[in-house]
Amino acid sequence: MEGALGRRATLGRLFVSMLKISAFTFGGGFVIVTFMRKKYVDELHWIDEEEMLDLIALAQSCPGAMAINTAILLGWRMAGFWGMLVSVLGTVIPPVAIITAISFVYDAFAANPWVALALKGMQAGVAAVFLDVVCSMGTTLVKGKSRLNYVILGAAFVASFVFDVNVIFIILGAALVGICRTLWQKRKGGAV
Amino acid sequence: MIYLELFWSFVKVGLFSIGGGYAALPLIQNQVVELHPWITLGEFTDLIAIAEMTPGPIAINSATFVGIRIGGVLGGLVGTMGFITPSLIIVSVMAFVYYRYKGLALLQSILASLRPAVIALIAGAGLSILGQVLFADGMTMEAVNWLGGLLFCLAVFLLRKFKLSPILVMVLCGGISLLLGLLGVG
Repeated sequence: MEGALGRRATLGRLFVSMLKISAFTFGGGFVIVTFMRKKYVDELHWIDEEEMLDLIALAQSCPGAMAINTAILLGWRMAGFWGMLVSVLGTVIPPVAIITAISFVYDAFAANPWVALALKGMQAGVAAVFLDVVCSMGTTLVKGKSRLNYVILGAAFVASFVFDVNVIFIILGAALVGICRTLWQKRKGGAV
Repeated sequence: MIYLELFWSFVKVGLFSIGGGYAALPLIQNQVVELHPWITLGEFTDLIAIAEMTPGPIAINSATFVGIRIGGVLGGLVGTMGFITPSLIIVSVMAFVYYRYKGLALLQSILASLRPAVIALIAGAGLSILGQVLFADGMTMEAVNWLGGLLFCLAVFLLRKFKLSPILVMVLCGGISLLLGLLGVG
């Protein structure tokens, strides 16, 4: 990937690109990943469409934030270990700097009665965003048509909301179900 | 050793949050509100609102914010490092494995089973925030915050029906709440 640019220039380009993308993209992981695709596939031609799609899928199936995971993969792909480091730093610096600035004014900010009023209203908005996300995700789940999925959904909800089971155990439990599901399918040779 | 605790808490968040920004929220809430008395549920909800309006992944924003509140700038950096450490290791390994053996059935199946669990967790986290909105002043019928409930319904309507952006909807809710306050209602 170093090709015509040379190693230093590639690393520099990677860092500045990630910095800019990360500083100006609001919204979830998918937004920032879309911007990365635009930059590295369409603009810089560092990577082709198909490989980019593979990397996004991979980033999504690993734990952590999708933007960070995609940055790690792109960094490795472009310039190895140092590429990864530079790419992650570029992605992380803008949000860390901005939140650091905000957190120092937060107390004065939240103590102001008008700000408190606005924040209170925004909490209702946050709750609504959660409902919206759950509905969208639920719709995809229903399309999957697997009964086991409903069982997992119900059991996970009861475990977390009613019995206050630690989230980590719930995730490990679900992963275990996934492993059993594969073993079961292998034995039966059919769908569950 | 607060820095170590912070680091370890966010390592766990990073390690177990699968499926994007909202999926990390229940884990973060669990670590910083329930397991450790680092911030209150109200502050956590403010944090989500702030994180939505600023660039960057919600988990990074939370790690920085919580870290700074309990351990200064160094705390913010430690929390953020904690969150990305598992990603750095796992994604690097996965990249290697992926280029070797594409399309593992076992991996696909584990992910398929995680998805419904993640939805359930997000729903639970959302419900506790809704509870906070409706019953901020206590769990009685007289104390119900009807305005908050109304704003919630309006926000759901705008999100589902008109597909407005979450940031816009939140800012709108904040604006209405502020405006009504200025007018002396609510």
